[in-house]
Amino acid sequence: MGDQLGNLIGGFGDALTPMNLMWVFVGCLLGTAVGVLPGLGSSMAVALLLPITFTLDPIAAFIMFAGIYYGGLFGDSTTAILMNTPGNSTAIASTFEGHRMAKRGRAPQALATAAIGAFVGGILATILVVFFAPVLADLATVFGPAEYFALAIVAFVATAAVVADSAVKGLAALAIGLSLAMVGVDSISGASRYTFGVPSLLDGIDIVVITVGLLAVGEVLHVASRIHKDATVTAMTISGRPYLDRREFREALPAWLRGSAFGLPFGAIPAGGAEIPTFLAFGLERRLDRRRKHPQFGRGAIRGLAAPESAANATAGSAMGSLLALGLPTSATAAIMLAAFQQYGMQPGPLLFTRNADLVWALLASLFVGMVVLLIINLPFAPIWAKLLLIPKPYLYAGITVFAVLGVYAASSSLVDLILLVLIGLIGFMLRRYGLPLAPVLIAVILGPLAETSLRRTLAVSEGDPGALLDSALALSLYGLLALGILVVAVNKVRNRAKVDI
Amino acid sequence: MVVWTVVAVLVIGAGLIATARSGGGDSARARLAVIAPAAPGGGWDLVARESQQALKSEGVVNNVQVVNIPGAAGTIGLGQLADMTGQGGTLMVTGTVMVGGIIANDSDATLADVTPIARLAEDFEVIVVPGDSPYQTLDELLEAWRADPPGTAIGGGSKGGTDHLLAGLVAESAGIDPTQLNYLAFSGGGEALNALLANTVTASISGYNEFADQIEAGNVRALAMGTRERVEGIDVPSLGEQGVDVELTNWRGLVAPPGLSDDQREQLTDIVTEMVQGAAWQDTVARNRWKDTFLTGADFEQFIQAETARIQDIATELGIGA
Repeated sequence: MGDQLGNLIGGFGDALTPMNLMWVFVGCLLGTAVGVLPGLGSSMAVALLLPITFTLDPIAAFIMFAGIYYGGLFGDSTTAILMNTPGNSTAIASTFEGHRMAKRGRAPQALATAAIGAFVGGILATILVVFFAPVLADLATVFGPAEYFALAIVAFVATAAVVADSAVKGLAALAIGLSLAMVGVDSISGASRYTFGVPSLLDGIDIVVITVGLLAVGEVLHVASRIHKDATVTAMTISGRPYLDRREFREALPAWLRGSAFGLPFGAIPAGGAEIPTFLAFGLERRLDRRRKHPQFGRGAIRGLAAPESAANATAGSAMGSLLALGLPTSATAAIMLAAFQQYGMQPGPLLFTRNADLVWALLASLFVGMVVLLIINLPFAPIWAKLLLIPKPYLYAGITVFAVLGVYAASSSLVDLILLVLIGLIGFMLRRYGLPLAPVLIAVILGPLAETSLRRTLAVSEGDPGALLDSALALSLYGLLALGILVVAVNKVRNRAKVDI
Repeated sequence: MVVWTVVAVLVIGAGLIATARSGGGDSARARLAVIAPAAPGGGWDLVARESQQALKSEGVVNNVQVVNIPGAAGTIGLGQLADMTGQGGTLMVTGTVMVGGIIANDSDATLADVTPIARLAEDFEVIVVPGDSPYQTLDELLEAWRADPPGTAIGGGSKGGTDHLLAGLVAESAGIDPTQLNYLAFSGGGEALNALLANTVTASISGYNEFADQIEAGNVRALAMGTRERVEGIDVPSLGEQGVDVELTNWRGLVAPPGLSDDQREQLTDIVTEMVQGAAWQDTVARNRWKDTFLTGADFEQFIQAETARIQDIATELGIGA
């Protein structure tokens, strides 16, 4: 362990030059900018900047990438909180309580909570990577399709906490999500499903299009339809001090830590990205909240925002670990970073730490530097970002629409995607209009394909024997955990009913 | 901050739109668009961005833009290229995967609808088993595979892609019914590697470069390279050496829109030839561990035809496409 510390200090020595600090600052600004905008993500930013960085020396380039990588995750919650339109799918769970906080005049506090949460999650994950990257890499190897399926089922049930208000509406929304997720070529059989002969649909509907359509465009349409009828839809004030006070900080701290605990293991396994842990973290906080004397969920609970934010960045941090130690890109951004590393003759994988030690430690050090810079950039700007809300609503929402459409078009230069964006936006509007929850749609889009593919892969390997689903200790313990959870909920329900009856 | 964000975004956005619009009728020397028919970060995207870099640094073309048109194994991009009749300022990256993708997706546009310019380089395929697998040689693997075809899961990239096609070729050559092939498609080398290390699949087929370090570290064992002859500099026996007489490599090339004049075609060929001869591109080839198999003109056109016919055969046997 002393070795790692020495190496890391050496890495800081390489990373902390005035020139490199400037690059990390540029990267952080760019990452935050693309993170804020619906549709543009950090994977896009890294891809666009790849050619520019060819002319930089490797350490400067990595430092800039580190800034962009985490910057996107700091930025994506800003519009999620202020305007209910997340910049990326990793911030979906942050919209639920984050936007409610903003509606109650606590936008600056919400932004600060998100920034600190992203910082806590990222720092914890990076520390873990520094000391335990090889162990983290081993985690991925115990996950076969049977384990992924168990994981997807557990996540489905656990996130049902978000769904559970009305079972019928929740299931209807879930069905919409599953249908959207089913579009495209089935990866197992190669058959195309619901593509209606449109070649552009063969790869399915991009999660970015669904997120931006449902949340951003849907919200814009909803606000536009109510703006002259119902002042409360858009009325938003900023009140109170712009910073977190000690009580709020104490309240958020355990949620930040719990969120990180969800995110850390998820980054190491290539399953569906950072969305699942954010939903799991949110679900847990909500469940814990219901046991408290004065439940706050539904009215802008700080914990409901803190947990998913730290979960998202913890996932990103440990994803970096499995990229470096195993060469396993567990997210889109990681895949592009992998290409970037290869540009500099670095082949992430088991031999990286011995072969390119200097570069790796400089990169790890720059992850820390990037995170600190991001916190410094984001905290003081929270009250300024919140001032966005003072822009007259028609201009603000017109601006969101422009950026949403621009982002989606930039990612694919596809007209079909734009049409889909509008159609899904209309679906999002109808769901809001008739009071159907949006979260189950997104949960289904993310978890549905994971559950389906892993179930069918398990059965393909076992030649159709369903016993294979239970043929592993890890899968069994995941199901055990699930059964236990259901039991606890059921017992609580029965007890509560008994109380009411008496 | 807000202002800066807006400025940054407008600059990025304007760049993107300009990128998407470029590639009109201008001279290709002044301005060239290279279409990567895949999302940023993939193999074709890499070829496009490496070409962009090499063209710029050698001063062959000053203004080179990369445009990503992802989807359906590159056939979305192919369809759009086939509609750009006569536009001499556009190139698109193509390769083995697109030949399979055209068949698998029953694409309207085929490589016969565009103008072939050049084959650039090849990547080799490798057959690997987990490090703790009981199979030490290809023969041992094939024996077990023959004994129980459906029970031997083979992992690799997408259905109809290079990995899947090679699995079919090997099975057929080893006397295993290709229709009984139990092939598990994974999205990308990372997922395929994960499945191999978790012992989900018996063996996996993938690009050699993706697995090279894992092989060296002993996490996985390479049984055969997907070639007839031994590959120079790689200490793994070829399929041909072990009595399996098939070969499939992952080649990457460049094609242009249809309906070009002879002058336009010649100009694009000259541009690519100059690029390939430059030091920057040679460095790219070495860095990515590709094999330079540059081929232009009628030779490349014949190569595409032969490749299409060969892949069509094996795809039909594997039940891919209509």
